[in-house]
Order: sequence, then C-alpha cells, then structure tokens
Amino acid sequence: MEIIEKVISSNGLVFAFLFVGFIMLFSFLVSKKLLRNKIPGVAIAILIGLALAFLGDKNGMADIPIFAGMAILGGSMFRDFAVVATAMSADISKIKRAGLAGIISLFIGVTITFFLGALIAYFMGYTDAVSMTTIGAGACTYIVGPVTGGALGASSDVIAISVATGVIKTIFTTIITPVIAKSIKLNNPHAAVVFGGLIGTTSGVVAGLAATDEKLVPYGALTATFYTGVGCLLCPSVFYLFLKFFGF
Amino acid sequence: MKIYGVALLAACFLAGKFLGTILGKLININNDIGGVGFAMILLIGSSIYLRKKGWLIPETEKGILFWSSMYIPIIVAMAATLNVKAAISGGFVAVVAGVLTTFACMILVPVLSKIGNNHPKN
Repeated sequence: MEIIEKVISSNGLVFAFLFVGFIMLFSFLVSKKLLRNKIPGVAIAILIGLALAFLGDKNGMADIPIFAGMAILGGSMFRDFAVVATAMSADISKIKRAGLAGIISLFIGVTITFFLGALIAYFMGYTDAVSMTTIGAGACTYIVGPVTGGALGASSDVIAISVATGVIKTIFTTIITPVIAKSIKLNNPHAAVVFGGLIGTTSGVVAGLAATDEKLVPYGALTATFYTGVGCLLCPSVFYLFLKFFGF
Repeated sequence: MKIYGVALLAACFLAGKFLGTILGKLININNDIGGVGFAMILLIGSSIYLRKKGWLIPETEKGILFWSSMYIPIIVAMAATLNVKAAISGGFVAVVAGVLTTFACMILVPVLSKIGNNHPKN
C-alpha cells in the first residue's frame, strides 16, 4: 500500500490522466446505458468532477495528496493550452460575422452583471460603494472581484464574498447551460460567440458549452477570454465612480 | 511530425499570452487580458497561411487536434479542483448574486444573437 502511494504521489499528473479517463468512461457508460443519451456523458463527467471537489477544500480533491496531480491537469496552463487548440476547428467566416455581436455582448454582459450584482449586494446589506463595487465585480468573474477589491481597498471578507460569487457563477453556468441551451437558442456558432461575451467566465462557458455541444466551444471561448479584461478595466474605474456619483 | 503541430500551438499560445500580458501592463492591470483569445486568432491565422503554403500536413495537424480533444478531460479535472466549499459558504449574497446575474445574461443570448445575423437558419 505504501509503495502504491509512493508511485502515485511521485507521478501525480500521470495518475490524473488515468483517473479522469475512468471518470469519462464511467460517465459515458452511464449516459449511454442508463440514460439513453438524454444527458450527455460530458455533462455527467463534469458533475462528477464538481461532486468530487467536495472531498477537499481550497483546491478541491487535489487537497488529497494522491490526487494532487488533478490540480496540474486542471490548472490554467493545460486548460488554456487545450482551449487554444480548439481554435483549429473554428470557422473564421462565422467568427467574422459574429464579431460585432460578440463585442457588443461583452460590454452589455459586464455592465448588466456588475450593476445587478451591486444592486443585490446593496439590498443584502452591503451599502457602501466599495463593497457594492467589489461584489458586483465578483459577479463578473472571480478574477475581476479581487482585482477590483484590491484596487479599492475593500475588506478581506468582502473580497472573499466576491470570489465566492464568481465561483458560484462558474458552477451555475457549468450546470445550467446544457439545460437552458434550447430555450435561449444556443445551438449555433453565432449564439455561442454572444453567449461567451455575455457570461464571460471562461471555465464556466467552456465547460457549459462542452456539455451542450462540443462544436460550440471555440466560439464561446474566443469572446469569454476578453471578458475578465473588460471587467478589470471598467469595474474599479468607471463603474465605481458611477456608484459614487449616485451617492452610495 | 506531430511535434511540429504541438510546437506551432505552443508558439501561438505563448505569443498570445505575451500580447495579453503586455495589454494588461499598458492599462495598469497586472493580469493577462485576452491572451487565450489572441492565441486562438494567431492559431487560426497561421494555420490558414501554412495550409496555403502546403506546409501544414495532416500529420502535423494531428499534434494540435490531440490537444483540442484533451480539453474535456482537462475541464473535468478543473471542475474537481474548484473551491466548491468556499463558494457555498461564501454566504447567501454570493449565491444570489452569482446565480441571478448569470441567469439575467443568459436570457439575453437570443436578443443579442440577432445582431449581424441576417440569415437566421434556425
């Protein structure tokens, strides 16, 4: 047993390949045999992933030593590398046609998310401009939140709430996208570009689209990746001053 | 050789991240802004160019396609390493703000999809 643990912990990444392979195999079997493909195997696999994350704390199941390799495989380096690779299957003419809609949805997405988030924060007792801005920014993504809070000197518990808000958004997007896809007509590259711009959490958008229709992933990822930048730009400056101007 | 494809992907990835980080520095945010997006555009552009030149043979392309097929397992691993406990213990305000804002944006997808989509097939 000790030897097994030693082999696994010194080859964490390789063990993660094996482990995720098993999750995928299990998920696709369940999807095919038990659910007759009604829920895609990818969606089941991602849900299993989220459930397993409860086994640990800050780094999900990677907090358990033998699963430490999961943090490397699921880290931002591999994630971004693989997402860039999906661009190979994207159709440039479709991106061009959706370009304008993508840019508009980026700005509308950040604006609506911020002000709605700040408003919710206000009604739940966070009535000062700094806290409202930080939580509103956290509703954009879990990177915009702490960047904004740090810039404005928000307290650490408010920053923690803003990060939590962003993570909730990622998880909610992952779970709800395949469920809601049909009713919001998210079934073509054009809509995926708009979706990526409006929602913006790259991990949530990519995971949600993967569970909906794999072909849509590159289109959503392309716009979503600019969302955090737009958020970091607008939230601590224009939006903060806007809230200040209205007397918060 | 497949490694040529992987190397091309790596070159686009690093160049994109470089551009994203410079852009971040320019507007005073010490963060990568749109690096993945720039990298994707670079990869699309360079693959079109190399294909025209006849240099991008299927064997090379396989090196890139392997990584593009790996992203789902990677996303599963990512999901398993999220801080889900903190997300839920972050309080009621985090859950309400996270869910409501996301939902509000999702229902705008069909509205904004109409922009520039003159030939709706669906």
